Amino acid sequence: MRGILTIFRKEMEDHFSSTRFLIISAVIVMVGVIVTSMVGMAIQEELKGMVKPTLIFLLLFTSTGKLFSFVQFIGFFGPLIGIILGFDAINRERISRTLSKLVSQPIYRDSIINAKFLTGVTITAIILVAIILLISGLGIKLIGVVPGAEEVGRLLIYLIVTLLYISFWLGISILFSVIFKSTATSALASLAVWIFFSFFVGLGAGFVSDAIAPVNQTSAGVDAESIMRNVKVQRIISLFSPMTLYGDATGMILDPMRKTTSALVLMGPLERLSISRFQNPLPLVESLYITLPHIVSLAAITILCFGICYLVFMKQEVRAV
Amino acid sequence: MDEGKLVVEAKNLTKEYKGFKAVDNLTLEIKEGEIFGFLGPNGAGKTTTILMFLGLTEPTSGTVRICGFDPVKEPLDVKKIVGYLPENVGFYDDMNAAQNLRYVARLNGIPDEISEKRIEELLLEVGLAGDKNKKVGTFSKGMRQRLGIAETLIKEPKVVFLDEPTIGLDPEGTNQMLDMIKSLSTKKGIAVFLTSHLLDQVQRICDRVGIMYNGNLIGVGTIDELAKEKLGLGAEKFTLEEIYMKFFKQGE
Repeated sequence: MRGILTIFRKEMEDHFSSTRFLIISAVIVMVGVIVTSMVGMAIQEELKGMVKPTLIFLLLFTSTGKLFSFVQFIGFFGPLIGIILGFDAINRERISRTLSKLVSQPIYRDSIINAKFLTGVTITAIILVAIILLISGLGIKLIGVVPGAEEVGRLLIYLIVTLLYISFWLGISILFSVIFKSTATSALASLAVWIFFSFFVGLGAGFVSDAIAPVNQTSAGVDAESIMRNVKVQRIISLFSPMTLYGDATGMILDPMRKTTSALVLMGPLERLSISRFQNPLPLVESLYITLPHIVSLAAITILCFGICYLVFMKQEVRAV
Repeated sequence: MDEGKLVVEAKNLTKEYKGFKAVDNLTLEIKEGEIFGFLGPNGAGKTTTILMFLGLTEPTSGTVRICGFDPVKEPLDVKKIVGYLPENVGFYDDMNAAQNLRYVARLNGIPDEISEKRIEELLLEVGLAGDKNKKVGTFSKGMRQRLGIAETLIKEPKVVFLDEPTIGLDPEGTNQMLDMIKSLSTKKGIAVFLTSHLLDQVQRICDRVGIMYNGNLIGVGTIDELAKEKLGLGAEKFTLEEIYMKFFKQGE
């Protein structure tokens, strides 16, 4: 424990004094402030003379305005934060020849990797909390609405899910920093994995589902069942992308009007009528219930990734090369 | 050498890397406070031996005891009493000398109040008192090496393993380093295990030497003993270099 705390403390000091941390924070603050201002002003415009709809505060995070929503931005940029914070965690020590010194001190070897991971997660948490508070503050000023308990609760869950999501990418980049001796290689490898899982899996899902479960064109029109099958396959494949997992989970959590994570819902006329008549927000517990599988999956891949990283590091020879 | 307590006891130590024997059946004892020179050409298995002593590499077979502790089963107890200076030691270049030492002290669980005083003393001892607040990135090779010695001493070890401590130093730096190593043994009673392939230096400071060749310890003893054993003569007429070359001819 002493080892973890000592390394943790030193790593935190390193991060806080690094230009890297400064740039990440600057980018996030810049995007957060700009997006929130635009969205805030749009909401202000729309709400003029209207009765306050429920849970409007969360719109600050989810509505896209002219560019993109803050949530979308984090879904895209979050992995980069994780990668930037972790890609040289271990191999930097190897290059500066300090790793052999660290392992010859009376600390457990795993405290090195644990402390590095813990530092990354803590730094991420600090950045996220800061930016969510900043956006909230700006939002209160712009739209004049104070968040209620449920909105705060939803934001807290959003924070935890985001932390898991970024930790996954932190784990990936630390894993590569253990495997590869050069920091440039580990950074590139992390980026390659990020591009693959965030973009190509989503793109590929469409192609694969068309191949496996093609939509039947009959003379009477398209076959509804084959569409369902096609969409199902596409969904299953795209859930392999952490970005989709995260997008679905946070979408549900921050948008109480969404009732399902499914992209395609077949409804009869009566159901449609009832939905349009009774547009009520889902209670927080219900939203959580629906997204629980997503959150658990995110946690699972994060733990799995860190586990692999841990094993590889513990088995590695610390030969002073 | 007087009969003292053994700080290092290795029995039939062997390390194999994929069929290649880096260290073969090494049996070695080092007494309290002695300076032991571990000689041999590059790739003879000197560093591997140190790594096994420290518990950083598991031996394929054989046992090691460092002051009675088993590095494989009790690595933390071993690392508490052993200082290790790797070849070409690394530092955190953007931290200053004192910060680097303090970090290592903290990793050893030494409270800052105590380490603060120790850092002052050690920096004075290695001649870096004036460079306490300079970033290590600006240090010369010799300064880094001396800081490395200070770092291995911060935990007040019973034995230090120095891997090629004089490599890459200029003659003056080498002399300072050798004097410093000598004083570890004479003033502080710390056992020193140093590897080198520079014979004259080893001859100057070491009580006993061991000669490694292709993973085998082919000779161990005082320089006198080695000379008598292999050349049948007293040491005064022979330099270590001659003994060394003689050994290698036999090794081949």
